[in-house]
Amino acid sequence: MKRRMIALVMAVCVLALCACGSTGGSGSSGSSGDTVKIGIFQPASGDNGAPGKQETLGSQYANYVTPTVDIGGKTYNVELVIVDNESSNDKAVSAASQLVSAGVSVVLGSYGSGVSIAGSDTFGNAGIPVIGVSCTNPQVTLGNDHYFRVCFLDPFQGTVLANLAVDEYSAKKAYILTKLGDDYSVGVGNYFKEAFEGLGGSCVVESFQEGNSDFTSYITTAKNEGCDICLAPISVEALALFLEQANTQGLGMPVLGGDTLDSNVVAGVGKGTDLDIYCSTFYAVGGDPAFDAGFTKYMEDNATAMANNGGNTTIAACSVLGYDAYYAALEALKAAGSTAPAGVMAALPSVSFDGATGHIAFDENGDAIRDAAFVKHLNTASGEYEMYGEVKVK
Amino acid sequence: MQWISNNLPYLLAGISVGGQYALIAIGYSMVYGILRLINFAHGDIFMVAGLMMVYASASMPFYASIPLTLALTVALGFAVERIAYKPLRTAPRMSVMISAIGVSYLLQNIALYVTGGLSKEYPAIPWLSDSVVVLGATTKRVTVITPVLTIVLIVLLVLLINHTKVGMGMRAVSKDFETSLLMGIQIDSVISVTFIIGSFLAAVGSLLFFSNYTGVTPTVGAIPGIKAFIAAVFGGIGSVPGAVIGAFIIGICENIIKALHLTTFSDAFTFALLIVILIFKPTGLFGEKTTDKV
Repeated sequence: MKRRMIALVMAVCVLALCACGSTGGSGSSGSSGDTVKIGIFQPASGDNGAPGKQETLGSQYANYVTPTVDIGGKTYNVELVIVDNESSNDKAVSAASQLVSAGVSVVLGSYGSGVSIAGSDTFGNAGIPVIGVSCTNPQVTLGNDHYFRVCFLDPFQGTVLANLAVDEYSAKKAYILTKLGDDYSVGVGNYFKEAFEGLGGSCVVESFQEGNSDFTSYITTAKNEGCDICLAPISVEALALFLEQANTQGLGMPVLGGDTLDSNVVAGVGKGTDLDIYCSTFYAVGGDPAFDAGFTKYMEDNATAMANNGGNTTIAACSVLGYDAYYAALEALKAAGSTAPAGVMAALPSVSFDGATGHIAFDENGDAIRDAAFVKHLNTASGEYEMYGEVKVK
Repeated sequence: MQWISNNLPYLLAGISVGGQYALIAIGYSMVYGILRLINFAHGDIFMVAGLMMVYASASMPFYASIPLTLALTVALGFAVERIAYKPLRTAPRMSVMISAIGVSYLLQNIALYVTGGLSKEYPAIPWLSDSVVVLGATTKRVTVITPVLTIVLIVLLVLLINHTKVGMGMRAVSKDFETSLLMGIQIDSVISVTFIIGSFLAAVGSLLFFSNYTGVTPTVGAIPGIKAFIAAVFGGIGSVPGAVIGAFIIGICENIIKALHLTTFSDAFTFALLIVILIFKPTGLFGEKTTDKV
């Protein structure tokens, strides 16, 4: 009796599985008629959740402005497939596989170099091209054909910051705080160190682990070592904790950082404090007035978008890059003349257009050809970043 | 003098972190002493207490939101025990432990759903979050308060365990579960009281911890939770003073290691310590020796 029950249950399960399988299959083949899917590979939670959402928002806005694309004489609707890589190198792979099985033609992402590198092989093996949005570590595009990116690189960013430290503060000694196992953080730290030592300075380098929230000892060391400036190329979440403690402990030196500092979360923490914060970033408000106006209006009209931007309409540089990356994908799709990932990959190297962050074209590594970064300074009275200057590569 | 004001912040940070670990460690230690259960959800109760405070203080003043947070956390600890552990009282110990892991993930994912995965900024509690200068070292007032408050709470707890009826019940149940049942001890209420005390201390710990380190994320309980657990094992799991001393030692050592520029190894040290303790003194510093009776 019992055995018969088990057999019956199993039979029902098998039937159910078959049913699921067949409906799933027909569903996907039916919808791919005139829709092209673009994957959004971004963190929406974890350390980089806040800027990840802003970057996604930029792509969503671009999709809202231009929801269709003409490929080979036929108009396709663009569908964004959004996954959350949780800012975690181990979750990135499964998020990437999710996009691969969704059948996307091209992927945009990610914020954070670590997750980009972690997910890279999954996309590469599936033959899907990826346009990196703000992953600045050189390793992301090096030695592969499928990863491209629209932002500048860490060696450039490190040099810009080292020059800023020396020119603005005649700094002799720098304190560098990095996060262990975070390719972006360690990368910027190293390139800054190289450039800074090249300019005759010395560095104290310390790192912290995932999950650490106590920065008091790091701040004490920075003070005791008599450092002139502090470089903190760390995630937004860690920055919020670090800066808050730096303020209550009286760090007493300027804090420099890369694109992660250009966030309204950081600006919020810095507001009303004595902190002196500089960052190098991709875009300064006013660079493309049409974009600024449109994007602000989009957020004002859309409560979810506003919430994803952190509750106000401050334009983050990564949103602008998310916007440009979307258009890079559309250009590649147009040039490829098909939605096949292989075609898009072949078409990407020749893509060239004017985006909101400037002219975009790729070099032989797949990196955007860029020679300028913007340096911003936080106005702690208003809690907003102000333009400090544009730095060109010499 | 210069040397003191340079190095005092490390020690202050160590003592303060130690106090926060201690408040969490007691929850692990007491529950283990009584149920022989490692309550994996304890770190997450600590995190939920932080989140409750974030949401409560957004809509009411501190004199209302702090007691409310403490009360809700206690209610949560009580509910977790009643719903997830009590039905498994007679099941093998492994089942209860897996249930605890389940609760841990459930709480984390609920928090992920509610917060959307982003860090929530903990409110600055007026008096606690002010900066003070101690012997030339600037820090938050909460750093100085933490060890004092921890010790006061621990003394009260030890008095409760040694001099009240419910405390006697706890000691009896931790000595011998079945016999105390036969002696007419209300086991369920003793266990509930244990969880209530543990959750209350975790809530106080979260108040002190997040006033110092102001970001609350769904996984923020994991690292303090695991360090507190190590502290409990280090001091001898089941022993309340042991857990406290273990927590202070771990907190201070961690920060001394950071002061020696070995920041990369500060966590490695904590975990290496756990292994060494387990090898050389499996019962911890103050752990009771178990004798097998024939």
